[in-house]
Amino acid sequence: MARYDRAITVFSPDGHLFQVEYALEAVRKGNAAVGVRGTDTIVLGVEKKSTVKLQDSRSVRKIVSLDDHIALACAGLKADARVLINRARIECQSHRLTVEDPVTVEYITRYIAGLQQKYTQSGGVRPFGLSTLIVGFDPYTGVPSLYQTDPSGTFSAWKANATGRNSNSMREFLEKNYKETSGQETIKLAIRALLEVVESGGKNIEVAVMTTEGLRQLEEAEIDAIVAEIEAEKAAAEAAKKAPAKET
Amino acid sequence: MECVFGMVGKGFALVVADTSAVNSILVHKSNEDKIMVLDSHKLMGASGEAGDRAQFTEYVQKNVALYQYRNGIPLTTKAAANFMRGELATALRKNPYMVNIVLAGFDKDTGPSLYFIDYIATLHKVDKAAFGYGSYFALSMMDRHYHPNMTVDEAIKLAEQCIEEIRSRLVVAPQNFVIKIVDKDGAREHSWRRTTKD
Repeated sequence: MARYDRAITVFSPDGHLFQVEYALEAVRKGNAAVGVRGTDTIVLGVEKKSTVKLQDSRSVRKIVSLDDHIALACAGLKADARVLINRARIECQSHRLTVEDPVTVEYITRYIAGLQQKYTQSGGVRPFGLSTLIVGFDPYTGVPSLYQTDPSGTFSAWKANATGRNSNSMREFLEKNYKETSGQETIKLAIRALLEVVESGGKNIEVAVMTTEGLRQLEEAEIDAIVAEIEAEKAAAEAAKKAPAKET
Repeated sequence: MECVFGMVGKGFALVVADTSAVNSILVHKSNEDKIMVLDSHKLMGASGEAGDRAQFTEYVQKNVALYQYRNGIPLTTKAAANFMRGELATALRKNPYMVNIVLAGFDKDTGPSLYFIDYIATLHKVDKAAFGYGSYFALSMMDRHYHPNMTVDEAIKLAEQCIEEIRSRLVVAPQNFVIKIVDKDGAREHSWRRTTKD
């Protein structure tokens, strides 16, 4: 196995591209990110490490705008993310320039995934070590979409997904609890999924909400309020479970 | 016979452009909007070769938008003007853009500003500017009647006087004009002055 993982362009005998799989490992070590699609709202949430006390948190925006109607969150190597995001932003404007129309979510996802794939089939380069969650509303039909790409260059659409650290637990939670939601309910669902794996509190998560009006980053105070609501609901559910037991 | 002119007032800047699209003796249309809204607080009135005009102004608009996404804040009017000048200058000795531009913008800290950018990459920050044959009449009119800190009504009246001069004294005068304004509330269309319906 050691012989087949040096260069990206070498397949192993059992059909693996080890460099790509190692890139996926890098993603698994990155911070948790979750995306949930509602009927009129799409929510992106990212884990924020709170250990950096002296850092100016405003300079580290983990959920970014690619265009007026498209936003992206990612897990993995943040430096690679910067490069990919820059290319995607240029492509969004270039598309507008050549065809006088904004990109669809699928188009820009396909572009980013295509870029990630290119770096799995070239000499002397390594793959981008990140998976992205791309959200937006189709500018013509108004349909909301959530897409995910990964270092191998594959992409697909999702109703809800998670990537990064402990993404399996978050995905399990979403599979159990997902239902069609809208507005505040979608935001709550996304935050609940994140809280499964992240320390509770507004300063540990960054949440952004995409609607037809555009992207809105939630303030810490707003997130704290929603977290408090969720905790209260959880406590009420716990109490309801315990109460009947007492009667018997 | 295209004409674009502009002026700075108290807390706003005005750009006026004719709306004719002409090819030799044929008028293609008389409602061609030549004042592009560059971003929320910038107006770019352009005149010259139609193809170059569209190509250059759209290119600048997309690059200004890209800057905003990359950096989280919009370009200042001064920066946008210098960017345009740089692009014109780079292309000048190879494949020049035949476009003349009047750039008007409003910045929160510096207020309204107006820039004169011609096709050979001249850049001047000015209070009043004009391009085309109509500039002979518009500039003379503005030299006579312009004063700093005009109100919107005064500036519109002056613009109308310029349009009247152009209409009456220019041999092939454009039929319709559009007036756009930019102030702290943003860039928007103000009104039209028509002699023909389209």
